[in-house]
Amino acid sequence: MTILHVEEQPIRSSEDVVRVRQAVRARAVQSGFSLIDQTKLVTAASELARNALEHGGGGTMRLELLNDGIRRAVRLTFEDHGPGIADVALALKDGYSTGGGLGLGLGGARRLSSEFDIVSSPGQGTRVTIARWR
Amino acid sequence: MERIPILKMGRYLLVTIQVDMHDRLALALQDDLTTRIVDASAKAVLIDISALEIVDSFIGRMIANIAAMSSVLDAETVVVGMRPAVAITLVELGLPLKGVRTALNVEHGMALLKARLLMHDEEDDDHPAR
Repeated sequence: MTILHVEEQPIRSSEDVVRVRQAVRARAVQSGFSLIDQTKLVTAASELARNALEHGGGGTMRLELLNDGIRRAVRLTFEDHGPGIADVALALKDGYSTGGGLGLGLGGARRLSSEFDIVSSPGQGTRVTIARWR
Repeated sequence: MERIPILKMGRYLLVTIQVDMHDRLALALQDDLTTRIVDASAKAVLIDISALEIVDSFIGRMIANIAAMSSVLDAETVVVGMRPAVAITLVELGLPLKGVRTALNVEHGMALLKARLLMHDEEDDDHPAR
């Protein structure tokens, strides 16, 4: 698998969440994603960027363009150094929220992605990786 | 701070969201609209989201809140112009926007609100003492 491109975006304010959406949109368009796939990926990115900001106290998004010889993908990694998640399975449940939100962010982002991975433990921060292939 | 403009036309309030809203801007719109409904004695609110490329859980919640608050304030809300890709994504996200009235475009949305206001007026005529 080849990594064609890597970029990083800071997530420190709600304006940064908008910038994350715009960066992901631009690369999804460049990778030839359909309009629906673009919309799903950008929406998932928006949820995860907001999580990193609201629950992780800010963080970064790494955006990578991948090519496995046949297909292309956009892979996004959201990382924060916040309090972490004690019970990841519970956090993935729809409707569960420790903030003021709807609790759809993590579970929703997983449903909107073709690959989803989360690594988190209390005090260690959280890293969520999603990918969408075309 | 920047604001989404709210236009008043008779008993109607019209909002066209034409920028990619950050969360604070969305919250400001929710507050501004609620205030304007009362100040303008508005009976109907039309929100055009045809320019929105995504609706995530935060913006979805704002839309649902506006619909609920305006209903408590005796005003009808209709959301118009949602893009098909946005609708598909919203449902998959788990936010089907139950309780929010929608229409395909501004024209249909205005027709729907007019019909509701007409019904509302007739009800008032039937019960003049109320």
